Amino acid sequence: MSILDKHQLLEKNASLLLVGSLVVVSIGGIVEIAPLFYLENTIEKVEGMRPYTPLELAGRDIYIREGCYACHSQMIRPFRDEVERYGPYSLAAESMYDHPFQWGSKRTGPDLARVGARYSNEWHVQHLIEPRSVVPESIMPSYAFLSKSLLPVENIADHLKANAAVGVPYDAAMIDNALADLLAQADPDADTSELEERYPKVVLGDFDGNPVALTEMDALVAYLQMLGTLVDFSSYDPTSGYR
Amino acid sequence: MRLRLLAFCRLVCETCCFSDRVRLPDWGISMRFGVETIAVGIGAFLALLGAAFARDSMFEAHMWVLFFVLLCSVAVLLRNASFSTAGAQSGNLSESGYFDEVVKYGTIATLFWGVIGFTVGVAAAAQLAFPDLNIEPWFNFGRLRPVHTSAVVFAFGGNALIATSFYVVQRTCRASLFGGNLAWFVFWGYQLFIVMAATGYLLGITQSREYAEPEWYVDLWLTLVWVAYLVVFMGTLVKRKEPHIYVANWFYLAFIITIAMLHIVNNLAVPVSFLGTKSYSAFAGVQDALTQWWYGHNAVGFFLTAGFLGMMYYFIPKQAGRPVYSYRLSIIHFWSLIFLYIWAGPHHLHYTALPDWAQTLGMVFSIMLWMPSWGGMINGLMTLSGAWDKIRTDPIIRMMVISVAFYGMSTFEGPVMSIKAVNSLSHYTDWTIGHVHSGALGWVGMISFGAIYYLVPKLWFRPQLYSLRLVNWHFWLATLGIVVYAAVMWVAGIQQGLMWREYDDQGFLVYSFAETVAAMKPYYILRTVGGIMYLSGGLVMAYNIFMTIRGHVRKETPIPGSVPAMQAAQ
Repeated sequence: MSILDKHQLLEKNASLLLVGSLVVVSIGGIVEIAPLFYLENTIEKVEGMRPYTPLELAGRDIYIREGCYACHSQMIRPFRDEVERYGPYSLAAESMYDHPFQWGSKRTGPDLARVGARYSNEWHVQHLIEPRSVVPESIMPSYAFLSKSLLPVENIADHLKANAAVGVPYDAAMIDNALADLLAQADPDADTSELEERYPKVVLGDFDGNPVALTEMDALVAYLQMLGTLVDFSSYDPTSGYR
Repeated sequence: MRLRLLAFCRLVCETCCFSDRVRLPDWGISMRFGVETIAVGIGAFLALLGAAFARDSMFEAHMWVLFFVLLCSVAVLLRNASFSTAGAQSGNLSESGYFDEVVKYGTIATLFWGVIGFTVGVAAAAQLAFPDLNIEPWFNFGRLRPVHTSAVVFAFGGNALIATSFYVVQRTCRASLFGGNLAWFVFWGYQLFIVMAATGYLLGITQSREYAEPEWYVDLWLTLVWVAYLVVFMGTLVKRKEPHIYVANWFYLAFIITIAMLHIVNNLAVPVSFLGTKSYSAFAGVQDALTQWWYGHNAVGFFLTAGFLGMMYYFIPKQAGRPVYSYRLSIIHFWSLIFLYIWAGPHHLHYTALPDWAQTLGMVFSIMLWMPSWGGMINGLMTLSGAWDKIRTDPIIRMMVISVAFYGMSTFEGPVMSIKAVNSLSHYTDWTIGHVHSGALGWVGMISFGAIYYLVPKLWFRPQLYSLRLVNWHFWLATLGIVVYAAVMWVAGIQQGLMWREYDDQGFLVYSFAETVAAMKPYYILRTVGGIMYLSGGLVMAYNIFMTIRGHVRKETPIPGSVPAMQAAQ
């Protein structure tokens, strides 16, 4: 047991103990996390992924603000029941622009990774205002206040810039037109050709049923309606992403 | 080397102006709390500016909160300020010769935040059973849940760790705390962090990283406080008069340094504006997920385990009057535990888009982690050899022993749940919630209660606790509360997982998601009842400690078999 006797060295020197502990606790994280940044097969190559539109991003921030992740996952696991219940299993590529990720850890409510285009805007608005009026068993809180809160829009370009700073490919045109794009997406009368060019598959329209005001409800529903819709799974070949 | 480090630390402290008194040059008198009052006042003014120039309404609201908190602090400081002629000494050291005043405050803060955290937990549990209890927008479940988790983990657990580590490191080093008033900065700075975090959640300010929800500016503040904590703790170790560093301090030190590493890396983010709340994580998607759960699991591993093992290694031998069972086992326990824990994060991401190799690595290390965990449990339990009768006679020992038993139970359950096949059923269900609570209520809660019951008579120089019978009540309320809670969550979680994957003969899913939610209702109600029992135990404790500090002793017939009473013997 001579090696344990040598432990005296560490026990008698606080600095050695500090450095030793730090080295020992660093190893696991370095081995597990660092390779994810350079192994090319960590994230599949897929068609269709794009950054969030300004309105979707604003909606996503509301999703985070309200703590939706505490009860809803956004990560479909590759099991028969999950794929049948929620849709194709989630790919790493689908959250590649998510700062932070929203995979969640608990399903008090259902997974939302592919909730986009499953329900009408009206359903979402009604469900958020009074969940039990459309799902009697639901234990979700009411979010009626969202349809009364006007969406703060003035800083939206700064939000895109911050995302660009951490690696989301927002280009100069996207940042310059952030506010116009945001307003256009929720305005049925707007010219949306540029918006659609910049953000393919963007869902347009007045989301909250109130064309007069741009509310937080508009933004949140716009976000929910695009979740999981970007990658076309009818043409996706899973073997192309084998790792 | 040690001396040089000491000198460096002292220099850092002095340049940071944490001297007890500031000299007002012309009058030749000094003012107690002078520097502190000025610093907090400047902080309040900056908060006011922050509110005035805020880029978003949430930041404005949060800065108003900060302003009023700091304003009240200035008022309190001024009321306690006193002037005296220069050179008069005012020491932090109490009659024991150690810096114990901050430990006293920490003990009370632990109790206070414990009761708050349990109460919010009961409220959140009740919201899941009765959704009409949600009060939008501030008290919806999504905003209340992080208040509960942070209040219990960081406010209750954190204060328990800071207070006990300050107590233990002084006794085992035979040295008073290093850095003078820096320890006060750690204590009050940490309370400010808690208040800012909790009010932020209610306002909707969150990074959505579980157990790391506070936004960038609160994170920066915590970093500062934590570095100060490290300086105080490390400085005390360096100036110790004992040749050896006691095992409890290894665990406390590893906890402090690892939490610093995890906190900094996991919270790397780019703020949208320096006058706004929102920031975007430096990492995305799969990398972000693993970084977060590397943090999240080691918040459990180091905050809720290593730190509290430090507590176990001091308070159990003290209360039992027996030495630690095995010195060699504690060496193996320490190094293997801190090495293995850090690898276990990926088990939170089984079957997700995280690469399989990382998932498998996480699973393998989680299973290996069972061994050091049980090594620690054995070391704690076997410390009672020769004193097992005290489980019958001493309710405080009983509390500590059941704590270690719950530690053993949940560190067995954890590796089981990390097995991918098990995890495919348990993940996303309430089984996880039950697991967390058997660890948090059973291990973390009970060992903290035991430590507080041990500490309070010592810190306030009381001959004994107000009532040992109330300790016994607390023990049973808490234990039964945990048993109800954990059992109900097992049944709920496993049923939930099975219902989600149940197929009928034709190959169709049997249950809609809504039906599985409805099936949870009785369990959610029962879980709330378990929480209420645990909370009642906490209230009994608060009353008992309050009366002890007031100096009362309850006239009660001793618990049968408990004579001679432990406390009287001390």
